[in-house]
Amino acid sequence: MSTTPVERATTFARSWGSLVGIGVLALLLIVVAPAVLDEFRLNNLGKYCCWAIVAVGIGLSWGRGGMLVLGQGVFFAIGAYAMAMHLTLETAGPDGIPVFMILYDPLAPLPGFWVPFRSPIFTLAAVVLVPILVASVLGFAIFKRRVKGAYFAILSQALAVALAYFIGGTIKLTGGDTGLSDFKSFFGYDLADPVNRRMIYTITAVVLVLCMLVVWQLYRSRFGELLVATRDAEERVRFLGYDPANIKLVAFVVSAVMASIGGALFVPIVGIISPKEIGAAASILLIAGVALGGRASLFGPALGAILLGYGRSTLSERFENGWIYILALMFIVVTLLLPDGLASIPRRLSGVVTSRRRTA
Amino acid sequence: MESLIAPLLNGTADGALLLIAALGLALTFGQMGVINMAHGEFLLAGAVSAYWTQGVVSNTNISILLALPVAFVFAGLLGLVLEITVIQWMYDRPLDTLLATVGVSLGLQQLFLQHYPSGVPVKKPSLLDGQLDVFGYAWPLRQIFTICLALVCLAGLAALLRYTTFGRRIRATVQNRPLAETLGIATRSVDRLTFFIGSGLAGLGGVAASLIGGTNSQLGTRYIILAFLVVVAGGLGQLRGTVIAAWAVGVSTAYFADWTTGSLASVITFGLVVVFLQVRPQGLFTIRTRGLA
Amino acid sequence: MTRTRSRVAAASVIALAAAIGLSACGGSKAGDDTTSTSSESCVDTSGDTVKLGLINSLTGAMAISETTVSSVLHMAADEINADGGIMGKQIELVQEDGATDWPTFAEKTEKLITKDCVAAIFGGWTSSSRKAMKPVAEKYNSLLFYPVQYEGLEASKNIYYTGATTNQQILPAMEFLKSKGVKTLFLAGSDYVFPRTANAIIKLYAEELGIEIVGEEYVPLDKDDWTTQVSKIVDAKPDFIFNTINGSSNVGFIKAYTDAGLTAETTPIISVSIAEEEAPNMGADVTGQYAAWNYFQSVQSPANEKFIADWVAYDGPSDVTSDPMEAAYDSMYLYKAMVEKAGSFDVDKINAVSDGVSFDAPEGTVVIDGENHHISKPGLIGQINADNQFDIVWESDGPIEPDPFLEGYSWFPEATRDALVAAAG
Repeated sequence: MSTTPVERATTFARSWGSLVGIGVLALLLIVVAPAVLDEFRLNNLGKYCCWAIVAVGIGLSWGRGGMLVLGQGVFFAIGAYAMAMHLTLETAGPDGIPVFMILYDPLAPLPGFWVPFRSPIFTLAAVVLVPILVASVLGFAIFKRRVKGAYFAILSQALAVALAYFIGGTIKLTGGDTGLSDFKSFFGYDLADPVNRRMIYTITAVVLVLCMLVVWQLYRSRFGELLVATRDAEERVRFLGYDPANIKLVAFVVSAVMASIGGALFVPIVGIISPKEIGAAASILLIAGVALGGRASLFGPALGAILLGYGRSTLSERFENGWIYILALMFIVVTLLLPDGLASIPRRLSGVVTSRRRTA
Repeated sequence: MESLIAPLLNGTADGALLLIAALGLALTFGQMGVINMAHGEFLLAGAVSAYWTQGVVSNTNISILLALPVAFVFAGLLGLVLEITVIQWMYDRPLDTLLATVGVSLGLQQLFLQHYPSGVPVKKPSLLDGQLDVFGYAWPLRQIFTICLALVCLAGLAALLRYTTFGRRIRATVQNRPLAETLGIATRSVDRLTFFIGSGLAGLGGVAASLIGGTNSQLGTRYIILAFLVVVAGGLGQLRGTVIAAWAVGVSTAYFADWTTGSLASVITFGLVVVFLQVRPQGLFTIRTRGLA
Repeated sequence: MTRTRSRVAAASVIALAAAIGLSACGGSKAGDDTTSTSSESCVDTSGDTVKLGLINSLTGAMAISETTVSSVLHMAADEINADGGIMGKQIELVQEDGATDWPTFAEKTEKLITKDCVAAIFGGWTSSSRKAMKPVAEKYNSLLFYPVQYEGLEASKNIYYTGATTNQQILPAMEFLKSKGVKTLFLAGSDYVFPRTANAIIKLYAEELGIEIVGEEYVPLDKDDWTTQVSKIVDAKPDFIFNTINGSSNVGFIKAYTDAGLTAETTPIISVSIAEEEAPNMGADVTGQYAAWNYFQSVQSPANEKFIADWVAYDGPSDVTSDPMEAAYDSMYLYKAMVEKAGSFDVDKINAVSDGVSFDAPEGTVVIDGENHHISKPGLIGQINADNQFDIVWESDGPIEPDPFLEGYSWFPEATRDALVAAAG
């Protein structure tokens, strides 16, 4: 009996080989990269890792679950703004208010929803719990109503756009389109110190590896099989007595949490967060890395996101504005010729070899 | 009175423009399932056509009338090229068309930017100077032009789909492709022509858009998401819902902008559409087809 | 069986990773005296060239404005090179694309400083891009030259602001309105930090001048449908409109304004971001409207004649000159003058001597204020003529000293100023 590429990929992802793969990736990111890269490149790699964390979640929702989450910017924003608000307050000092608020009224008290973000514990909790809450409410309504396919994609995209407009339109409360920036310290650690930036990088890389382990575990569990089954034949899953909405909801919530964590780590690494990073274009770029790497594979999304980030940085260093054409071409060529992303290249090559053997 | 009338009329005009942009999507997305993110750049193509015709014919009234067919054909041809080079290979995986056309959209924007770095000016036809007095509100004639154009597009498209052989072929292809093929309909050429018309409609929208805002590389991105949302909210596969949704979005945004601020108006409108879609995930009206799940 | 074993394996990998992660946490706490400074500057000027970095958005929405700034900076560098360079060293430019993306601005700034080892960086346009670059420039103690008029209330020892701060553009515009006998004013702006800040200041000053603000409307940066807001202007019937709209959204505003039948005779507009480049691209007649800047192409000076002639001869994207272009052009010449006065490319040495460094700019002689790193500028009001050029109808009494924190204005609340100065460090 022949197996489809997806089935073969699933078998591989479950196997111990992929755990070794994660181990190698962990070694590369956590041990090798800091040893060979300078501060600037390492920091950039950290930024790509943040996107990769989001991508791992998208891989789960989209690649395995078939939900094209075009609005991950929403959850990215939740984590990023939670962190940015905390760092802004940390920079402002124990009684200070953010600089952008001073102009409108220097003596006004801090708006209520900012106050709890003075606490580092609350902030960290919010990074994880708020996306769970939001994704559960949203997902419950959406999946129970059986919204799927293009409807779901456009609906989630609309949410990201609406949130970007909301932040842009509440400049006195959130800093608006200018965003939040100029953070001095990260939970007490000076952000200008290279040692601390290395620390933040390492945390990010570790989180990425952890996310991949979570997904690896999910893929090989019964849940992972149900998720793929729901993607491919939702009705049949329902007839078997499972509720597809719950299965999708879990995947959606997990990917939301990952997007939020990615956003939270993005802020100290990059130093600025603004609505531009969460709107339509940004959300699509998050998806693009996943498509590039291979949406349904275990390593594809993360590696694709890192590769896309690296490509954007290096290509734009080389070609002042021509890089955008290369990016545009990549979108077209990859979707057209490699629907399963770069991760499918080895399989395709081996597929050619096997089919030759068969014919021979 | 005046303050109540103004947003209604302004919103209707905004909705009309949104409708022209969405009508094209109602064909390419609603009927064919293609998520064409470069649709916004086809609007831009239409707007540039208006600039080009103004360069050839200096009378702004004649040039805008000439711009309409030019824009339709130019944007339509762009759509046709896109269909032949990219889309036709992807009909079996419609969600992927989104990614490929995002690439096309990025490329076209940059191409425009390098040709016209600061955008191009499109002048308003002199006949559209002036306002019509409606219960004390001086309603700009330009807006009436947009509404008329939208009505012409709508009537034309509806007539095409309902009364012509080609229209029947489109509907047949969408509703049951294998059966249509059995009946001898060349579904491939139907696809191409549908895409041509859908993209051409965007060109017409571009002409109207060029009279409202700046004709620059960002013109398409201003409309694309909202246009998709309108099509989805209206319900795929038919035009009635799209019309109502476009009008409702236009008018409600105008009222919210009047009561709150421009930014919050967009948030509220987006929010309402999202909530509406949670209540009625299939949109305002639905049509049962085998073409779309 | 397999399942349990794999869990153990997963757990041990997690533990290992966490251990490595924690072991890396050895950095200094904020406020420690032992904070290790960032790597020493790698700027190398021992050869006969000096590297300078440019960051402008060449792609994305802001490319509409920033491409010209990039071209004019290239032109200034070419001119300086033809003239013998800076302290005999030829300028070597490294151009980076900010891509209308603020994290990219931060990334490219760091790249220019640490990889290309540039001695100074020129560029940025939006306040967001400046705020993204500022911490990076400060961290590496590098120099950034920012060429656009902005909302003020900022000063950094690592940034030189060669565009106007509020007291050089917004306040002169208000004085002009007062001199015209304006009684009522409508504020229209993009929903963005510059218009919000400018309007907050305008409202304070208007009270002082006895001008009534009859309305205030904002539209998001990337929207350009102003119909609803303009109908509010029609209702409010102001003497004048103060326009702080950014970029291409101006086109939509002007179109809605003409659609509604408003004209320069009945309801004139004074703008702070419509310049020679933008005026012909409105697609509507803007003759008779006003703009507040510090430079117009129509300024009469030998330096300006040379600047315009050079620009027309230069292979750039347009043939008109405008205020941000001129401010960018000045910034490179000011940098040259500062370096030559300091006799060094060292940032601290440059900062030590920057006070009083001047340049005979197209707008007139500009002088650097070593305290706040802004430059003195003449306040000008221009009225658009039929050729889309500006006739200068009002001038300040000589150049205006930069006052980013509005310290010389008693109507600006002291508490706000003190808090802002304290926050700026």
